[in-house]
Amino acid sequence: MAIFEGPVQALIDELGRLPGVGPKSAQRIAFYLLKVAPEDANRLATAISEAKARVTWCRRCYNLAEGELCTFCRDDRRDPSLLCVVQEAPDIVAVERTHEFHGRYHVLQGAISPIEGIGPEQLRVKELLRRVEEEGVKEVILATNPNIEGETTAMYVARALKPLGVRITRIASGLPVGGDLEYADEVTLSRALEGRREVDA
Amino acid sequence: MSRLYRDQGVVLRTIKLGEADRIVSFMTQGNGKVRAVAKGVRRPGSRFGARLEPTTHVVFQCYRGRELDVVTQVETIDANRQLRDTYAALTHAISMLEAVDQVAQERERNVGLYRMLVGALKTLATQPSPMVSAAFFWKLLSLEGFHPALDACARCGAREPFVAFDLDDGGVLCEPCGRHGGRRITPEALDVVGRVVGGGLNGVLSSPPPPPLLHEIERLAIAALEHQSERRLKSAALL
Repeated sequence: MAIFEGPVQALIDELGRLPGVGPKSAQRIAFYLLKVAPEDANRLATAISEAKARVTWCRRCYNLAEGELCTFCRDDRRDPSLLCVVQEAPDIVAVERTHEFHGRYHVLQGAISPIEGIGPEQLRVKELLRRVEEEGVKEVILATNPNIEGETTAMYVARALKPLGVRITRIASGLPVGGDLEYADEVTLSRALEGRREVDA
Repeated sequence: MSRLYRDQGVVLRTIKLGEADRIVSFMTQGNGKVRAVAKGVRRPGSRFGARLEPTTHVVFQCYRGRELDVVTQVETIDANRQLRDTYAALTHAISMLEAVDQVAQERERNVGLYRMLVGALKTLATQPSPMVSAAFFWKLLSLEGFHPALDACARCGAREPFVAFDLDDGGVLCEPCGRHGGRRITPEALDVVGRVVGGGLNGVLSSPPPPPLLHEIERLAIAALEHQSERRLKSAALL
């Protein structure tokens, strides 16, 4: 029910459409924005419209990019023979925080979800196959989420990549560092055992 | 009365909720379909997140809520890990889970359906044949009250030969009736469907029909299922 008039209600309605924001939070944010100095509110408005106008998908890897290519694709120091496949752009941030990976990325922009009717054709798989063929990629690392959708996607992508003859690897699953073995679930623990490795002493 | 309860169930599907939570649907032994919130399961350090993936068979404890229950403990009975090893097994397993999710009623005990799902997943894990899910759909329809009429024409009662299967009439059609409606069906496919719903399932599974026939049986089963539940089986597109 619309209680407020015109622009106030419009603002509340728009904020309420954001993920995780209910009607009550939308109202609270709207009143906060109405109370702050005009330049603060304008800064937010400009930030949104600037981002919408300038940010697009990278032509090569489908990460967020300002311009044609994203920062990782523009960086010549990155190893083009190593390709890390992730589901969404924020996953790149998680991989980057490790400082362990110096190759390039490919964002699928989703995962196969049979139950939601999302199939491989809705993802950037064709583009990935083209890149592997054209860019001289030697290894593809499948870094999709270790849940049912991510596993399905990884298996599908691996199957599609197989004829191209590149090395296909999957990120390991195991125990979180700092955790207790006692509390580990058997699925994770059995994967950790499977992927065990020799210790150099 | 305590609001905590324990039950066994198979995880049917999960939906993301908020930052790190999920809504999990179970097909349970004692409570029918149950939907419950599992808190923090999307974080890597979650105690039971890995146990709440679709296809897993678990014992769980829940706190009864007004609309959704809250999962407090989970233990694995069978993770059905082999199902996650191949793309084909996984997509077939998920289509069975989706079919159960559509048919099962919340908080309405249905032990037959629960047992059938547990058994079918186990069979699919040990014997990854597309016949498992096709047979499961026919059995599911039969359990839900749609038992196909295969011995006589569903319109005029005539005997063999049958040429079509009509979803509205719920059975096979003879040559004259089949000219006006129904889906074409081969006698071989009818024979297999007859054995599946008539108690000869093990025989069919031990010597599965060739792929084109299998495809015909599966497509007809999916069409019948969608017709009965009046919903589209989304995962069928990936089979």
